[in-house]
Amino acid sequence: MNEYLILRVVVKVLIPFILLFALYVQAHGDYGPGGGFQAGVIFASAIILYGIVFGLRKAQTALPPKVVLFFVALGLLLYSSVGVITMLLGGTFLDYSYLAHDSVHGHHYGIILIELGVGITVASVMITIYQSFAGRGTKTSD
Amino acid sequence: MFLLLTAVAIIWVQNLFAVVILSGVYSLLMAGTFTILDAVDVAFTEAAVGAGISTVLLLGVLSLVGQEDRGRRLHTVTPVAIVVLAGLMLIYSVPDMPQFGNSDAPIHNHVAPDYIKDTPNLIGIPNVVTAVLADYRGFDTLGEVTVIFTAGIAVLLLLSGKRRKQR
Repeated sequence: MNEYLILRVVVKVLIPFILLFALYVQAHGDYGPGGGFQAGVIFASAIILYGIVFGLRKAQTALPPKVVLFFVALGLLLYSSVGVITMLLGGTFLDYSYLAHDSVHGHHYGIILIELGVGITVASVMITIYQSFAGRGTKTSD
Repeated sequence: MFLLLTAVAIIWVQNLFAVVILSGVYSLLMAGTFTILDAVDVAFTEAAVGAGISTVLLLGVLSLVGQEDRGRRLHTVTPVAIVVLAGLMLIYSVPDMPQFGNSDAPIHNHVAPDYIKDTPNLIGIPNVVTAVLADYRGFDTLGEVTVIFTAGIAVLLLLSGKRRKQR
């Protein structure tokens, strides 16, 4: 497994930066361009890159499919529970004004939370799709 | 121009591996176009999904079905005629569109001014796009996330499961 040495080293160096960039896009969705969907996709592409270069088996030990599946549901659950919480706090579904004493702050918290939900679901769905595609038939991992 | 070249190349090339890589190139060029048009969010998505993930998925499919296009070469006139006709109609409608960046265009006069005016007071974040997506249209976005969720579950149901036991 010593082939593609340069590729392996470069990818190993790059992946932390891609993950960091994904987290940046996630956290700065309300200031700069981006948001949950973009962050999730970038995060997933880092994991998929790892899977391509180091083999699906290693990617699955790093992120077991069962854990990823859990996160698929967690993101959507987080999003919709924000809606339910605003209902419980006296507003309508997804009315963020009730999340904090100040309406503006409430909107801010709400956006951050649901973007997090979007990011989690998108990233884990992309990883799931990749894993189930790559896991089929002959082992595609090199 | 490069976009057009890539698209034509995708049609002409016989090797499916080349087709997949060329469609990745096409997506990357599209991402560049979106950046020029100041739609950086869309460019992010196009670069990551179109050029990255879908290329990888198509490569995964290729490893299952092989690289050569063994289908019959269909030389029917109808599809070409439909495409040319649709293209001509689109080109015909282009002069009626408002000029790019024109502030009098209908799309800038409907709800956009309200969003831009009210977002700093109501929501207090600088990125209006995020405010529209996550707040004004939070319900839509919830629907989108549900669609993605459903798609993931469906792919999982179709591709994994019983298959494993046969090997």
